[in-house]
Amino acid sequence: MQREATHAVAPAVPVPAAKLGMWWFLASEIVTFGGIIVAYLVFRLAHPQWLEEAAHLSVPIATFNTLVLLTSSLTMVLAFAAVDRGDERRVATWLALTVALGLVFVLVKAYEWRHEIAAGRVPGESGFWGFYYGMTGLHALHVLGGVVVNACLLIAALRRRLEPIAHRVEMAGLYWHFVDIVWIFLFPLLYLSTH
Amino acid sequence: MSETSGPQAAHAVHPAPQGFVRRYLFSTDHKVIAKQYLAIALFWAVVGGLSAFLIRWQLAWPGEPVIGSGLLPEAFWDGDSWLAQSLQYGSIPAEFYNKLFTMHGTIMVFFVAMPLLLGALGNFLIPLMVGARDMAFPRLNMLSVWTLAVASVILLISFFVPGGAAASGWTAYPPLSAVPELSEVNWGQNLWLIAVALEFASFLMGGINFLTTTVNLRAPGLSLFRLPIMVWFQCIAAVLFMLSVGPLIAGAVMLLLDRLAGTSFFIPSGGGEPLLWQHLFWFFGHPEVYVIMIPGMAAALEILPVFSRKPLFGYRLIVYATFAAGFLSFIVWAHHMFQSGMDPRLAMPFSITTILISVPFALMVFAMIATLWGGVIRFPTPMLFALGVLGVFIMGGLSGIFNGSAPADIYIHDTYFVVAHFHYTLFAATFFGGFAAIYYWFPKMFGRMLNDTLGKIHFWWTFIAFNATFLPMHLVGLGGMMRRIANPLNYDFLQPLQPLNVWISISAFVLMLGQLVFVVNFFWSLVAGRRAEANPWQANTLEWSTASPPPHHNFDTIPTVYRGPYEYSPPGVAEDWLPQHRPLVGGPAATA
Repeated sequence: MQREATHAVAPAVPVPAAKLGMWWFLASEIVTFGGIIVAYLVFRLAHPQWLEEAAHLSVPIATFNTLVLLTSSLTMVLAFAAVDRGDERRVATWLALTVALGLVFVLVKAYEWRHEIAAGRVPGESGFWGFYYGMTGLHALHVLGGVVVNACLLIAALRRRLEPIAHRVEMAGLYWHFVDIVWIFLFPLLYLSTH
Repeated sequence: MSETSGPQAAHAVHPAPQGFVRRYLFSTDHKVIAKQYLAIALFWAVVGGLSAFLIRWQLAWPGEPVIGSGLLPEAFWDGDSWLAQSLQYGSIPAEFYNKLFTMHGTIMVFFVAMPLLLGALGNFLIPLMVGARDMAFPRLNMLSVWTLAVASVILLISFFVPGGAAASGWTAYPPLSAVPELSEVNWGQNLWLIAVALEFASFLMGGINFLTTTVNLRAPGLSLFRLPIMVWFQCIAAVLFMLSVGPLIAGAVMLLLDRLAGTSFFIPSGGGEPLLWQHLFWFFGHPEVYVIMIPGMAAALEILPVFSRKPLFGYRLIVYATFAAGFLSFIVWAHHMFQSGMDPRLAMPFSITTILISVPFALMVFAMIATLWGGVIRFPTPMLFALGVLGVFIMGGLSGIFNGSAPADIYIHDTYFVVAHFHYTLFAATFFGGFAAIYYWFPKMFGRMLNDTLGKIHFWWTFIAFNATFLPMHLVGLGGMMRRIANPLNYDFLQPLQPLNVWISISAFVLMLGQLVFVVNFFWSLVAGRRAEANPWQANTLEWSTASPPPHHNFDTIPTVYRGPYEYSPPGVAEDWLPQHRPLVGGPAATA
């Protein structure tokens, strides 16, 4: 006969369901980007000539974009801090900035793509460009997804309806930081490793 | 962390929605969603079975018009309907044969086994077994089943687009799958990739729900090591799926880009590498085998103690062994690639890990046998199918050792030996495990019992015909017959094997015919079966503590759990079972 005592109701991990679900989701995202990044690394090491192709990319523009995305992570955290204080007006301000910075990132990315394509560096040009468009495209889609989510929260905040769903700002923030971190990997791998 | 969450919030009782659409179509009730998964799985099982029928017809009588095709007039076969285009005057052309085995594998793995064993079983059982009112994210749950429905429609459409369905095998190896000109399939393969990627997304959402529900919504007293094995295995399967599928989703996008955007990730002429796809596919593909298999094993592990009236042997050991198997499953994938041209020095480490992985599964088999040992065994239909899992899986496991060691595999690679092997493992899990589960939990799901006599006929018919089909397939494989060839008679050295091929095909048709017994039983029992009481099998787990079928909110009061799930024939208790939720002191069973 096993122990008869009942345990307390406490879940094994004292984390709210929404946050736990978000972490599981991010775990699966890590493997998705991890798979494509590892594949790129293996190819990159096997093809030294990709150096010259990578040299076509504009480091200043990408550095600017990195700053934009990092700043948007800051504004996202500030929005979350404002939620904690119950300051809905500030939440709206910081969310609006986050959305704007996200859009700036995507627009700059689009400008870069347009520039490369105009110069004939299309996805089928070589393996490097396939990976470049594949990886930055997948990342840009994730940025756009985050922009949509943040915009929904922004609208709720502007209409003073954020209160019951305020905890979603934290979830959106977790996702937003993840998208940011992915870029922190893509930036050096694609733009900076030219030597 | 001030928001309300955890068991209390999720245990709030909501009334059932009243309208037909909200109640049966766009329902957030895990029990309805489980039935939707079941319906999707059974629909695709029919399509997958029909494709198997055509495959076996072609292999037994290559080029002969399919039986019954003569009933249609000549004018029909002259026409340009889909059927007349696919079958030339009733016989199967090689191009169509390629589509058949491609879609058979795709359908059976992704659209039958997963919806049945994870979608239907996991969704139905996890909340009931952990004592929750519903999943942690009911709307995400609805989204996941509808994503699968969209994937199903896309896959179905792919049969009918110009060029027909995908024809590069269920593994979709490039360059055949990457260059439309090679297989003469364009949109069929594109839609295949989209459908499969959506299916992955669907089960990712489902897995997040499984894990969060199990972690956060367990009833009071239900500690981790009081969880039924089914819940453990569903969660381990969800983790395996979640951690392995990402690279293949990326790979599917890359393959789609190769086909549509002119990239060359996998095309050698453009500087790509076909082996990359094989790595991405099998890094997912091997854990995927266990994603399917362990919920099927779990069904057997739940059922064996109930009908042996004995505790499950080695509960914790089984859980730990499955952790080990799950971990190992991530480092065995290249055993699918011994013949692919990868560095041969890799063959040895992957052989070793592959042989190692048989240890936890052997342990599971011994735990099953030890559970039976000395028990008071009864043989209703679910028990027969659970024993079927045991018997068939042992066969599949043993032939796996041949495939796993590189020197043997080099000889039998891509032959019917491999086909026989994975049908023995996956058939054990999906078919025998799936049917065991359906016969066992049907009363809980639909409130009526399945007919036991028809069930027994179904079991013996299936068991005998299954072995008659797949046992000789080992011999055909050892004789050198390659998989995926459309006409074995084209090869001189395969001529002597043709009588065996005919035998296999006839056995397969008998096997398919036997499933009609199940179909009749299922629908007849659905409307006219004997009404089931709450606990018809006298089982211990929480799902049997509520009505059959359970009310919308599952439990009138959330049960409190006092013990593990397998306390059968406990000493000091009058009955030979002791439910998890029954307090011993002062309870109705606290006699003797």
